[in-house]
Amino acid sequence: MSKKYVMGNSAIALGALSAGVNLVSGYPGTPSSEIIETIVKYPHEGTYAEWSVNEKAAMEVAAAAAYCGARAMVTMKQVGLNVASDPLMSLAYVGVKGGMVVVSADDPGPISSQTEQDTRRFAEFARIPVFDPSSPEEAYEMVQDAFEYSEKYKTPVILRPTTRVDHAYASIDAPDSFKAKDYEGFVKDSKKWVIFPRLSYQNHAMIEKRNIEIGEDFSSCRYNTFTGSSQKAVVATGVSYAYAREFLKDYPEIKLIKVGAPYPTPESFLLKALDGVTEALCFEELSPFIEESLLKLIGKHRLNITVRGKLTGDVPPSGENDADSAKRIIGSFLGLDISESKVDLSGAPQPPVRPPVLCAGCPHRASFYAVKKAMKGRKAYFCGDIGCYTLGNAMPLDMVDTCLCMGAGITMAQGFNHMDSDAVAFSFAGDSTFFASGITGVVNAVYNAADMIVCVLDNSTTAMTGHQPHPGTGRNLMSAPVDKISIEKILLAAGVKKVVTVDPLDLDAAVAAVKECAELKGVKAIIFKSPCVAIVKPEGKMRVNSEKCVGCMRCIKEIGCPALFVNDGQVVIDENLCTGCGLCAKLCKVAAIGGAEK
Amino acid sequence: MKKDVMICGVGGQGTVLASKIIAASAMDEGYAVHSAETIGMAQRGGSVTSHVRIGEDAFSPLIPLGSVDLLIAFEPSEAVRNLKYLKSDGFVIVNSVPVKPTSLGGGGDYDGKAEIEFLKSKCSCLVINSDELCAPFGSNKFFNVAVLGAAAGTGRLGLSADTVRSEIIKIVPERFHEKNLAAFEAGYKLGEKSNADK
Repeated sequence: MSKKYVMGNSAIALGALSAGVNLVSGYPGTPSSEIIETIVKYPHEGTYAEWSVNEKAAMEVAAAAAYCGARAMVTMKQVGLNVASDPLMSLAYVGVKGGMVVVSADDPGPISSQTEQDTRRFAEFARIPVFDPSSPEEAYEMVQDAFEYSEKYKTPVILRPTTRVDHAYASIDAPDSFKAKDYEGFVKDSKKWVIFPRLSYQNHAMIEKRNIEIGEDFSSCRYNTFTGSSQKAVVATGVSYAYAREFLKDYPEIKLIKVGAPYPTPESFLLKALDGVTEALCFEELSPFIEESLLKLIGKHRLNITVRGKLTGDVPPSGENDADSAKRIIGSFLGLDISESKVDLSGAPQPPVRPPVLCAGCPHRASFYAVKKAMKGRKAYFCGDIGCYTLGNAMPLDMVDTCLCMGAGITMAQGFNHMDSDAVAFSFAGDSTFFASGITGVVNAVYNAADMIVCVLDNSTTAMTGHQPHPGTGRNLMSAPVDKISIEKILLAAGVKKVVTVDPLDLDAAVAAVKECAELKGVKAIIFKSPCVAIVKPEGKMRVNSEKCVGCMRCIKEIGCPALFVNDGQVVIDENLCTGCGLCAKLCKVAAIGGAEK
Repeated sequence: MKKDVMICGVGGQGTVLASKIIAASAMDEGYAVHSAETIGMAQRGGSVTSHVRIGEDAFSPLIPLGSVDLLIAFEPSEAVRNLKYLKSDGFVIVNSVPVKPTSLGGGGDYDGKAEIEFLKSKCSCLVINSDELCAPFGSNKFFNVAVLGAAAGTGRLGLSADTVRSEIIKIVPERFHEKNLAAFEAGYKLGEKSNADK
């Protein structure tokens, strides 16, 4: 054992390893990605881990391990659970033998997600237990307990951390090496493992009965606690409990009820905690989950308690809570003094806006620019997808018209084509996104005879979430060399007539490829292949010849590279940022930009 | 000891290493530590903050407004952006060299001078020019360690300079030890001098 200063995601991984986890699978997604990455960092014996091609695959791989009596964990972000919901909903009926923990990381804010969905709702929908950690330390303990509950009740159990727990650092006392548990192996029993309507009917009844038992079990669970004795109570969950506690640490008499195991509803616990309470404020993020649980309970038991929270407008319906909103909202609920001594900020200069942009030298910028240039004067739809390249929507590129969910660009481009065949329909998906959920879209396009251009922005990594390997990289999570799966061959096998692979930084060739494809009928594909600049060493630097530069600002106005800026009416290149990609030099009309010495 | 330290700057300036060294040093001196960093999309070219909370009583992973004891800013406008977190009697160490925002037109005439004047008028602060301080080491990249020296030199960090030095040696790759320790000393002298000047 030793103290390890780690982020919440690593604490979850260490907890799973301490619980002797046999198999861990998942798909990257902020804020969950570091869980799997931690699994392979510590010495472990007998634990298999993989980056799966998507969340559905990860869930199914893990389910089979749990059928074998092994302990399995599957990790994803909240929208990943949407992808994995098909196996999860059925798995909830079938159940498991070995412990199975589904980690689905929610993202209040949202900080880096499409939705503010609440995984606790998913747990309730699937009728399976869920734990909601308030700190990395607690997440470490909870994941271990989640395996125990999973085995005790033979059901998958969800752990749903949120971004501020995933990314917070704390010291964890954990072993230095780990050994996976022994497991029995799969015992064939088709009555148990093959889902049929009859089995679902029987198990549905069993699950509803069992959930009452789990609710009772959760009533004495160490994650559901309360302190204080006031008539006005604060009910908090997850990291919101940490914010509430921060504010209430000077008010120990105030009743603070923490619900860390919220579903199945721990009724006995809540009734005990609410004894003597006349008014309760639910301080939680995402959906009013505990608030609605309390309202149901109060109605069922005809209690005279006023419940405040999101439904009453006391807590904002969207966005994240923090220590300051805790102070403001809880302070006003309790009528406490919340004045503070801050620095006088009157007259402060407005800080500049710093929006996230595609990196200097990012090949996606060149790919978007090539398509933009080739389509100048033509009507076209640009369907984007999930990844760094969503940032292609920013001015001056302005090349992402839609972004919905993983893989949607390819299929949405088909819908646009069917509605408006005069326009050229493009989709842009990264290599990892293509493997995760792009392939079915391509098959759909070919099968239904759409006219479209599938652009694969292949930078040989999963860049946005921290450069994880994927099926096209020739490496897997264990870094073992594996066969590279060819995107080009997949496209050809699916029946795409024209597949061109081009280096987007070779601007003329890239523009020509787009123009050629736009003249053809049917499904065409262009693989823009150039590695992510964050994983390769820059080849050199560009420099502006100040005698030649006429200050037309074309380079700045056309591509929006962060390494280009204006100083005294002339363009200057920030050598710390420039990677020497040369895109700016290619569009300079007076050849004022050239390679500087390396 | 209870201390909230915030480090702010622009993605790519090396704020994370500075926060890691502070956290490790505080743990080495036996304190409970919690911290949080900006992760993900905002990392590149965006505003970034690290929150380091030293002491048992820190429950929120992020420091509440008006609670920061020491604000270490790698950039003038980022110091102003995060000044709302500073206690009324908190201390600011700020780099006067601006990072121009990466927007169309190159950020207008932003040069950081108004920001530094504003900071000086509102709170006690130590202004450091990273170009000058880091010139002997050949790169501004050493500012993250130099500024820790300055923080230790003012006594505002609440941690011994020896502890911080030993953590630098543990965390930084060996081939960079000499330059980093020299950068730390250069910062330390600035910090000490600013105390003596008062």
